[in-house]
Amino acid sequence: MDAVLPGGGWPQGALTEILPMREGIGELRLVIPALMRLSRSNRWIAWIAPPRMPYAPALATVGIDLSRVLLVRPTTKADTLWATEQALRYGKCGAVLAWPRQVNYRTLRRLQLAAEAGQAWGFLFRSPREKNSPSPAALRLRLEPLGTGLAAQILKCRGGHVTKPIILKV
Amino acid sequence: MNTKLTRKLRKNLTNVEQTLPPTSGEGHKSPLPMWEGVRGRGYSLPHSLGDGQGGGELWACLHFPQLPLEIFSRGDNSPIARVVSITKGNRKYALICNREALACGVKPRMAISAAYALCATLDVRQRNVAAEQEALASIAESAQQFTSLVSLVPPDSVLLEVAGSLTLFKGYKNLLAQLKQGLKELGYEARIAAAPTPLGATLLARNGFEEPVIDPHQLHSRLSPLPIETLCLDADLLKKFENLGLRCIGDCLRLPRDGLARRFGPQLLLTFDKILGKAPDPRQPFIPSTRFKSHLLLPAQVDSSESLLFATHRLLLELTAFLRARDGGIQELSLVMTHYKGPATQMDLKLVAPSRDIQHLRELIRVQFDRLKLTQSVEELTLCSGDVLPLLAQNQDLLVDRATMLATGSRLIEQLCARLGAEAVCGIRTSMDHRPEQSWCVCAPGKSGEFVKVGLRPVWLLTKPRLLKMMRHRPRLQGPLSLRAGPERIESGWWDEGDVTRDYFIAANPGGSRFWIFRERQPPYSWFLHGIFS
Repeated sequence: MDAVLPGGGWPQGALTEILPMREGIGELRLVIPALMRLSRSNRWIAWIAPPRMPYAPALATVGIDLSRVLLVRPTTKADTLWATEQALRYGKCGAVLAWPRQVNYRTLRRLQLAAEAGQAWGFLFRSPREKNSPSPAALRLRLEPLGTGLAAQILKCRGGHVTKPIILKV
Repeated sequence: MNTKLTRKLRKNLTNVEQTLPPTSGEGHKSPLPMWEGVRGRGYSLPHSLGDGQGGGELWACLHFPQLPLEIFSRGDNSPIARVVSITKGNRKYALICNREALACGVKPRMAISAAYALCATLDVRQRNVAAEQEALASIAESAQQFTSLVSLVPPDSVLLEVAGSLTLFKGYKNLLAQLKQGLKELGYEARIAAAPTPLGATLLARNGFEEPVIDPHQLHSRLSPLPIETLCLDADLLKKFENLGLRCIGDCLRLPRDGLARRFGPQLLLTFDKILGKAPDPRQPFIPSTRFKSHLLLPAQVDSSESLLFATHRLLLELTAFLRARDGGIQELSLVMTHYKGPATQMDLKLVAPSRDIQHLRELIRVQFDRLKLTQSVEELTLCSGDVLPLLAQNQDLLVDRATMLATGSRLIEQLCARLGAEAVCGIRTSMDHRPEQSWCVCAPGKSGEFVKVGLRPVWLLTKPRLLKMMRHRPRLQGPLSLRAGPERIESGWWDEGDVTRDYFIAANPGGSRFWIFRERQPPYSWFLHGIFS
C-alpha cells in the first residue's frame, strides 16, 4: 500500500480524504495497517463521531492496540468539528478518523492547520458527492469496487499528478 | 511616709528586680548561633527561652483586622463602596468600611441610614461570623504549606510556628514576603508580627507592630508600650487598672507579682508569664481536613463566566495550597453554585490522573463554564474535592507502564470530557464471549481486554441484527447477496437469556459491499445482517 501511494505513504501532518462510492467496500481496510503501526508506537487513534460503534474484536484481530483507541461521540456538529480539531492538534494522537458532514473549505483548512500543528494523520471519510468541492487535503482518494478488489482514483495529491487509477486488492 | 511601708516597698522593689528578666544586652551568656544560608543581618534563635518554653520557638501571628469585609470583597475586584454592618437593638451600625466607603465619608460606628445618605450606592452586608470562621480555617489550611504547626486564634488571627521553616524559606524576611503574597492572592490583607511566644506575637500583631522580635529578652521592652486593652480582659478588671493608673503592659509588669496575684487573681499573673515566656502556653494545633471544601460568598450576584472564573481562581489557589501541603493531587472536583432561589447548579470535573496543576484545572473549568447555561445569578460558590491521592511519578522509564502511557493522553481526554461530557468520550475493549454482541464493551479509554483470536470480523457491528428481506429464498440487501465465506457456527450463551445458535457468512452484493450475515439454526431460520466490512 505504501509503495503504491504517492509520496511513499499516507501524508503525515496533513488531511487525507477518502470518498468511498458505497459503504462497506473496504474503505477502512486501507488505513488499518497504518493504524496498527501507530497504535503500536504508543500513539492514540481517535475516532470522532463514527457512523456506528467500531467492533472491538475486529480491531484487535488486525492488530490494533485497543488501549490506544479513543472514541468520541459528540452530539452537535459544532462539537464534532471542535473535537476533530483538538484531537488533530494534540500531538500525541497518531491518527484521527472523522466522518464530517457538510464542511466547507474554511473548516477543512482549519483542520489541515491543526493536523500540521500536531503532526497527526487525519483521515476524513466523506461522501462521493463532495468530489468536486475544493478541499485543502493533501491527498484525496475516490474508492470504487472493482471485481474482488478496490479501485482508488487519486483526485488530488501533493507534488505530482497521478491520473491513472490504482487497483488495490483487498 | 510610714517607715514600715517604705521598708515593705523597698523589699517589693528588690523582689521585682529579681523576678523580671534582665534587659537586652546585659548578662547575656554566649553569642547566638547563626542559621546556615542566611545572609545579611541573619535571623537566629536562641536555644532556651526561659523556664517555661522549649528551645528556640518563633511564632508568627497573622492578624486580619478587615476579615468581616474581606470575605465579601475577595469574590470580586470591582471598586464599589462596601460596609459590613452589625445590628444593635433595632438599628444597624457600620462595623468596617472599605477604602471607597471611607472616601465617601462613611466611618465606623456610623448608623447605616447616615451612611446611605453619604453614599447612595453603598453595598451593605450583614456580618457573617460563621463565614469568617470558615475563612480563618481555610487560611490555616493554606498556611500549612509554610509550617506544620498552625493554630487558630478566633475571631481574627492565625498563629504559625515558623522556627523550623526559617532555613527552608531562607530567613524570616523571605517567609514574610511569601506569606503576604500568598494571602494577597487569596484576597486577604494581614498584619504579621513575630515573637518567641504565641501570646506576645498576637499582641504585637493586634497593635500593628510588624517588626519581628527574635530575642526573647527583647520581648519585655517591645511589649511594654502596648495598651492594656489589647489583653482582652474583663471590663471591671480594666476599670480597676484604670483606677490604679495603669495604662500599658509595661506598667503592669513593673508591679510586684504577689501583689498582682492577690488583687487580680492568679489568672492574670499566668497571662503575663505566658506573654513573656516564663510559663508554657500550649496551643491547640489546627487539624487539617482530609478533603478540601471552601466557600466563597459573591458580593454582587454574578452571572457572567468571566467573573465566575475570577472567583473560582481564588478557590483554586486555596485548593493547590491544600494539595501542596499534603503532597498529593485530586482526581475529582465539584463546583456548586448556589442561587437565591431554586436548586443549586453543580459542575463535576473528573480527571484521568491525579493533578494539582492550577492552570490545567483552570482550563478545564473554563471549558465547562463556556458550556454552562446559567438561568439565575450565582450567590455563593463552593469547591469540594475528592480524596487526596498521590501524584504519578514524572520519570522517564525505559519500561513505560500503563499509568504513564495513559497520562500522555489524559489532557486531551479531559478537555474533550469537559466540553462534551464524560459520556461522549470512551474506549472499547474485548470481553471473553463467543457471541458477537457480547464480545466487546465500552470502557474508559486506555483499557483493552483479554482477547481470543477469531476469524475475519467486520469493523462495524450493528447494535441489533437487522432482518434481511428474502427473494427466492435468498437474502438481499441492496441487491441479491452471494455468500463468499462461511459458515462459521457460533453457539453460545445457553446459561443466560441470550442463547445464540447461528451460522455466520461473509456475503457480498453486486455493488461491491461486503456484509457479515447470519442464519439462525432454529425455526424460522431467518437471515440477519449483523456487520459491515469496511
